[in-house]
Order: sequence, then structure tokens, then C-alpha cells
Amino acid sequence: MRPILLQGHERSLTQIKYNRDGDLLFSCSKDHVINVWYTHNGERLGTYDGHNGTVWTVDVDSESRFFVSGSADNQLRLWNVATGKCLYTWEFPTAVKRVAFSEDDKQVVCITEQRMGYQCTIRVFNISRNGDGSKQSKEPAHIFNPIGSKATVCAFTSQPSIIFTGHESGKVALFNFKTGEEVDSNERAHSDVVTDLQMSPDKTYCITSSKDKSARIHDTKTLDVIKTFTTETPLNSAAIAPNKPYVLLGGGQEAMSVTTTSLRQGKFETRFWHKVFEEEVGRVKGHFGPINTIAVHPKGNSYASGGRMVLYEYIISMNRTSKRSLTVICR
Amino acid sequence: MSGVTQNVENVDDIDYSDIEAKYKVEYDDSFDNTLIVDGVPIIDKSKLERLLTKICKEFSRKGVPVKPDDIFMPWDESTGKSKGYLFMDFRNANDANTALIAMDNHPFDAKHTFKLNRFDDGEKYANMDETYVEPEIEEYTPREHLRAWLTDPQGRDQYVVYRGDDVEIFWHGKPSQCELAYKPDWKDFLYVSWSPQGTYIATLHRQGVRLWGGPSWKPQQRFAHPLVKLIDFSPCENYVVTWSNEPIVVPEGKPQGPQYFSPDDEGNNLAVWDIKSGHLLRTFSTNTGTEGAVKRQMQWPALKWSPDDKFVARVTPGQMISVHELPSMFLHDKKSLKIEGVVDFEWCPLSDKDRDEVEKVASVGAKGAKKAPENMIAYWTPEVANQPARVTLLSFPGRAILRQKNLFNVSECKLHWQNQGDFLCVKVDRHTKTKKSIFCNLEIFRVREKDFPVEVVELKDTVTDFSWEPKGERFAIVSTNDPNLGNPGPGITIKTDVSFYQLDRVKNDFKLLKTLPNRTSNAIRWSPRGRFVVLATVGSSTKSELEFWDLDFTLEDRRDGQVVKEDWGSSIQSLGLADHYGVTDVEWDPSGRYLATSASAWTHTLENGYAIWDFRGQELLKQIQDRFKQFLWRPRPRTLLSKDQQKQIRKNLKEFSRVFEEEDQRESENVNTELLALRRRLVDEWNAWRARSKKELGEGQGHDHAKEKQSEEDKEEIEVWVEEVVEQIEEEVED
Repeated sequence: MRPILLQGHERSLTQIKYNRDGDLLFSCSKDHVINVWYTHNGERLGTYDGHNGTVWTVDVDSESRFFVSGSADNQLRLWNVATGKCLYTWEFPTAVKRVAFSEDDKQVVCITEQRMGYQCTIRVFNISRNGDGSKQSKEPAHIFNPIGSKATVCAFTSQPSIIFTGHESGKVALFNFKTGEEVDSNERAHSDVVTDLQMSPDKTYCITSSKDKSARIHDTKTLDVIKTFTTETPLNSAAIAPNKPYVLLGGGQEAMSVTTTSLRQGKFETRFWHKVFEEEVGRVKGHFGPINTIAVHPKGNSYASGGRMVLYEYIISMNRTSKRSLTVICR
Repeated sequence: MSGVTQNVENVDDIDYSDIEAKYKVEYDDSFDNTLIVDGVPIIDKSKLERLLTKICKEFSRKGVPVKPDDIFMPWDESTGKSKGYLFMDFRNANDANTALIAMDNHPFDAKHTFKLNRFDDGEKYANMDETYVEPEIEEYTPREHLRAWLTDPQGRDQYVVYRGDDVEIFWHGKPSQCELAYKPDWKDFLYVSWSPQGTYIATLHRQGVRLWGGPSWKPQQRFAHPLVKLIDFSPCENYVVTWSNEPIVVPEGKPQGPQYFSPDDEGNNLAVWDIKSGHLLRTFSTNTGTEGAVKRQMQWPALKWSPDDKFVARVTPGQMISVHELPSMFLHDKKSLKIEGVVDFEWCPLSDKDRDEVEKVASVGAKGAKKAPENMIAYWTPEVANQPARVTLLSFPGRAILRQKNLFNVSECKLHWQNQGDFLCVKVDRHTKTKKSIFCNLEIFRVREKDFPVEVVELKDTVTDFSWEPKGERFAIVSTNDPNLGNPGPGITIKTDVSFYQLDRVKNDFKLLKTLPNRTSNAIRWSPRGRFVVLATVGSSTKSELEFWDLDFTLEDRRDGQVVKEDWGSSIQSLGLADHYGVTDVEWDPSGRYLATSASAWTHTLENGYAIWDFRGQELLKQIQDRFKQFLWRPRPRTLLSKDQQKQIRKNLKEFSRVFEEEDQRESENVNTELLALRRRLVDEWNAWRARSKKELGEGQGHDHAKEKQSEEDKEEIEVWVEEVVEQIEEEVED
């Protein structure tokens, strides 16, 4: 009854992603390396070396052919999943904080950091899927700077040419990347930094987590807040469990703001909340530091959580007989 | 003035009256620095100078110097003699007041006595309206019932929570019945305290103590003791004792009256008050032993009340016990109990039976045939010279020595009465001959038996906590032989053993029931109704365990069937284990149904808050709150039901409980249906919203993924759950 402990990173995990089939798990970390794992046994399939700084973000396309990564070395890279080759590298003036593929795999959106006099910029690249993929256009198809608070997370929505963004001030907004205009916004969605954004399978709603200790489900068309999940700890990540009525939240007090060494102070547990009833149904312990990122298997029967140097993968079965309680069965 | 204005009127039409009014100088036309002195010898002019010098001398001797120039002597022109009185001017009203106090009724010589009056008074009384005006009778408003909270139909208890600057009073009962009872807006106080029967709640302010009570929580009484720090109520809630580390100062011009300190009280710091009238009864000083080289920490309560509120006693260590009668607060019999070397004493508590008798005597009055049982004091004296240490039982007010026991090699004694006064345990810390190690004896006096037989339980270890079971024949001790005892340090948790003892009815002595070895528990908390006990580790930064024990686990079977011969100590059963991180206080509610644990910000700042558990150790409520300070259950007075009534209830318990069970059933159904309805509504809303957004999605996009997605989404229907919790599983995942 143990979770699979995926040991391979030497520093904190920054983001993890399942591929569409759920057989692979991509993880990136502050140790400059991207790893890919088999989800059924936790074996490491390989690493992607090349970045020279913290890898902040990864995303994989629906065919598991390409994936993109963004790093603090100011590079956005396109990789071949199977061979581990870096196919193309884009260079920017500042670090890349977030990348995401579009539904049709033909576009990639990326956010670059606001630093050294450069504004926070959102760029959309067209990805050529012909040949081995090493021939990409250097220039972005669309580029714009969101006004006001800088964007921290973004993703494509179900509507054409609209992306959903989360901002440092706690605002969430919809941008038309073709024109660069803000279509809609909700300034008070959160009261602190939006830390994560994950879409529902059909991208009609999404969940955001924030340092204001809450996570919210938004309608991606109207930006209405549909559900709110309030916890007692700053949240770093939130995920929607497909095919199951749950959302998973993770976070914890940062080590430097924890007043004691007591583990209990940090509350480093993965929390399961009922998506519709807004009630907490269970918790899974295991981490000894804040949880940075959570991802749920596309089938919804397992999940992975990444913290400081440790990545766990849990196989979960939500037991229907014990109703409000949640049994977590780990291999 | 008017002339001036008229003159300028022609030149300029300016009205100066407002400026004049503003800068008008108020003349002091009062004569408050003038006194009239009556009773002066009648003289003729020749003797005037001599008389005046004499008077001045007399006044100066009393500390109020006057000059002959300030004295005006009126003369009777017809006789040429003085009129027997004179006027005296002082520098200011203050001097006049001092003179009035010092010289009024001063015997000048054998025939003459000075009578001093204020000059103003003469005028005042002369102008007094002599017609009698009937005082208006205030309309009678009945006072609120101070024990109204006991009439709660659900029989709930109350507790007070002090957090940050806010106080809140809550009801505690079944989950659906827990609610806020009152949120007072009391400001700027140190802490709150209930009176022992829960009638009042006291707040300690800079200016003094305030009592609140009744259903509307109105102010009930106040005691002006500035900078008060500690408060103690008498057991029957008739009196209250307050203490401040600052000695009492009575500034001039302070309000006077029976509710206030008078100049006689200056320098004292302990005050006794009557709660009903608010009057100050007496003040004491706690700094008696200033010349003593060892400054011991002050004992609190400094005054110990007899259980019937008739006497209050304080000990002067090494010398005597002074017992004061109430309400006069005079020394009983005009003398203290002189006991050389006395260190500490305790009053014997009244048992329920005694209390009934006391009440009967009080109601029947002096005619009652039976006399109320006498009070009892237990005290101990250490070894002095060749005298052994000694524990003495003394009756009071009879002052007869009932029993004495000599003890040897004693370094410290502690007196523990069982709460019914059936047993007295003297915990004797003894040292070995070399005085290097300390071990412990428990000397147990069986007070209800003839000649007070004493039995000794000898222990090898040091006993750090002792506690009688309320109304029971059992006690629990925490003992330790940990070498770290006595040198506390961070991270050091002392290993302890907890033992239970019970009176063996057959042999009539106390026998060990069970020892729980290798604990860290340092506090024993018996349920106020006995039987259940909680062992807690408080004040430790690493351990915070709570153990819930039942000492009569098999008793139920025994009552039904015939007496089962069972093993000694077999009925002890652990009910549960719990943990409250950083716990500082553990307290049972007065009914013995719930236990409250709290972590106060006064001790540390980690996870402050409180939790309420049932007697089995199931957590019912947990509140983590920043700056949480205090949690106190509201005490209850003794039951008003007679013994027979209680027996009747116990006999028909099944019938009563059926009513409650039905109520519970109804309520839980109610809750269930409400919850279910809410959930159904939520699910319907969610599904409706999903359907809408899916439709929109279908309209907006016609590309090939749509079909595939549709099939995926079909699975995403949310089920409605009807059942309640079956079980909750928490699994530790090790690293």
C-alpha cells in the first residue's frame, strides 16, 4: 500500500503533465532537467537535457509526438518525445513561465516574465507538424502585452482565438490573441497570485488555484465563478479529476514562512474536494514540503503530485460504497 | 461697563458684549478657605493678644500653622467682650480642610473645646429649604434571573472563549444545537473568570472588577480595585477577593463610601468584597514576610474560604492561621490560631449530605434540632529542631484537635481533600538520610471513620500530580523517576508512570488498580461525575497526547447480573487516544459529557485554538484561531433535585431516554433531508450548467473532435449520494 515514489529530480518540481493517453508523465524541475516516466510502474523512460536554468513549464501535444518546455534560461524549446531530441529553440529576453498547446496541436502559447525592463508578453507560435518538426518559424504568429498585472498562467479555451489567463493580482481574463485585446475579465476572482490553471477535458470550464488559499472553478466563456473551494493553506496547484466528481488541491506554507519545523504547520497534504458540493472529502499525506504541482490521469483513476525533490504517483480508487469517505489505494 | 459702551456708541456702533463675556474674569467669591471656630473662651480686649498666640500655637502643633493676622475676632460692642467664636483664613481650601480634620473637637482647655465649621456651610444650611419633599419612589423592576441559563430546554452547557480582544459565549450541545449565545462588547480587560456556580462572569479591568450576568448579560456589580490582577470567589458566591501587585493608594477627592477604599486601606493589596451589596469588607496586605530572607511566591488563593462561606482564613507562614468571621470580617474569637511553623492548610470540603444539613439548619433557623456539622481544617508543620513534622486535623470553630500524625524526614507536604471530604491524602515528599534523593509517601486519612485511621502508600518515585476521583474512592497519581525532573529545558519531556488506586472495601485499605508505564502524561483530569479520566501531556512542545480512560468499563454487566467476581483492576479500559498539538489547558464540562482542550496564546503562539471532545475521545469541534487566549466552561450549581428524585430518574432512565432518542432521530432525519435537498439542487444546477455549456460548445465548434468528446462527457454525469458516512479511513503513507 505505497505510492510510487518517482526519484529523479534533485530540486523542487515545477510542473507535471500526463499525456493524453495517460501512459506517460512529464515532469520538470528547478534542476534544469525534464523527465518522462511510465505511469504504470514509475520507471523513468528518459530525460531531456539542454536547458540551462529552472524549467518552469512543459506541455505535450495530443499525439505524444512533440512537447514544449519553457525555462528560466529564456528559452522555449520544442522536443521530440520519442527520441529526446531538441527540435527547435526560441530565445526571449526573459524567462518563460508558462506554455500550453492548443486543442489541434497547431499552436503553442507562452508567457514570458516581466523583468529587466521587459514587459510580460504573451506569444502564440504556429507549430509546423510536417517532417521531423525542426523547421519552425522564428517569429511568433501573434504577440501582445497584457496591460496591468502580469500574467502567470494561461491556456487555450474552447472558443477560437481566445486564451484564458490568470494574473499576479488574482485577476482572471480572456484575451483574443489575434487582436491582443482583453475580451473579458474578472478582477476579483482571487485576492492573491493565481498559481495554477487546469482545463476541463472539453475546456468549457477550468480550475484556478491561488495563494489566497482558495481554488475556483470558472466558466471559460463568461468567467463566472461556478464553484469555490476554500482551504486554510496557500494553494500551488489544483486539478480536475476527469470522470470523477472531484477536484484535487495541493499547497502548503512555504518553508521560509513556516514558523516551526513542525510538519503539521505546513499542511502538506493533497486535498480531495467534491466538485459540486464544495466539501472536502479526504486528504492524502506523503509530502514533507509544499506541494508544487498536481496532475490527474486522463482516466481519473490515478494522480501525481510533485513537491520538493519528491514526486509521488498514486493510484486512486474512489470507493463508491464508503460514499463520503475516500479510500486511496496506492500500489 | 454699560457707561463705557454708551460713550462709544456715538463714535462707532460696535457691540463688544461678546468679547466682554468671553474675557470676563470670574471672581472667586467663595469662602472655602475660611473656617468658623466655636468654643473659644470669651475674653476682653486686653487678653486678645495672649489668646491669639495661644490659639496659633495649638494649631501649629497639629500641623496647620496660622498667623494672628489671619484671625478675625468679632466683638460684642455693648459688653466689650468677645462673642466666643472667631473666623480664620487659610491660604487655600486644602489647608482649611486639614485644619478642619485636625482641630475639630480639639480640647483647648478644661472648659473649652473647639468646634470647627466651614464658613460656607453656615450659609448653606441657613438657606436650606426646610419644607419636606416626599422622595420619589422608584418603580420596582424585578431583577433578571441570574440562573436563567439553567432553564435551557436542551440542557446545554455554556462556555466562554476569549480571543484577541473579543469574548464570545457559546452554547454547547448536540451538533445542531451549538450556537453563539452572546457576543459582549466588553473592552480592555485582562481576562474573564466565571464564579464557582456560574452565576456571574467577571472581567478584570484597569479600574477594577466587573461582574456580568443574567439573560441579557447586564453589569451586575463592580468593585473598584485599580490594577487588579487576580480574583477569587467564595464557594457560595457571596464574597469575592481581589488582589493587585500595586498597593492601594487613595488619592484625594476620590469618591467615598462603603464601596470604595478609605485612607485606612492604603498600602494593602488584597481586598474582600460583598458581591450582593458591592461593599468593601476589609483589606489585607500580602507583603507580611518582607524581612524573610526567602521570598516565596505568593499563594493564590491567598485567602481560603470555608465551604459554607462562614469563615475565611489566611496563613502567616511559620506563625499562625488567622480565621475571620463573615460578614463582619473580624477575627474569630478575637485571636488567631497560633501554630508554630505552620506552612499550609486546607478546609475540609462539605459533602452533599453535609450541605443538605447546612441548608436545613439555615432554613429552620436556630430552632432546628440538629446542629450543622462543624468545619474542619487540616494543616501541616515541618520538622523544627527536635519536633517531627506533623499533620493535624482541627475542628472549627470548636478548635479541638481531632487527629495528629507525626512524620519524619519530610521535605514537603501537600494536602489533597477528596471533594466530598471523605478522605484526606497528604502527599509527603521525603528525602533519604543522605538527603540526596526524594521519594514519596501518601498518608491517607479516612475522615468518615472513627478515630480517623491513617494508611500509608509508599512509593519509590517522585509524585508530580495527585488527583482524587470526584465523589469516588479512587485516585490517580503521576509518578516519575526521570533524572531530568526539576531541570526543564527545551525538548525535554519527562517520562512518567500513571497509577490508579482504589479503596478495597474488604480490607479497608487502598490498593493499586493499574499502572500505565512509560507515558509522558503530566496532568490528570477526572470527569466531574467520576468514572472517566483523561491523562494529558500539557506544556510540552513535542508531545501533546490525550488518553481517555474508563474505570468502570465492565460495571454495566455487573449491575444487571449478580455480583461477578472479577480480577482487581480488570474494569479499566482505554476508550481512545487523541492529540491536540500544543495543548495548554484541559477541562471537563460540568456535566462530564465533553472535554475541552485549548492552546492559549499566553503560553505559546503555535496553532492556538480549542477543541471539544466527547468522553470517548472523539473530536466534535476544532477551532484554530490566531491570538486565542482563554476557554472556560460555565460552571453549574449543585443540582436542585433531592436524592429520591435523582434515584427516581435513574430508575426510569429508559423512559426518559426514549424521548431524547426520538428527538435525535427526528433531528438527524431533518438534517439528512435538508442536506439531501441541498445536494440535489447543487447537482441539478451543475448538470443544467453543463448541458448549457455543452450545447454552446456544439454550436460554436463543428470540427471532428466533437463527437469523440461527446462520448467522453457522457460519463461525466454526477451521481447523487443518499447514504451517510459509513466509515472514514485514514491511512498513513510512510515515506
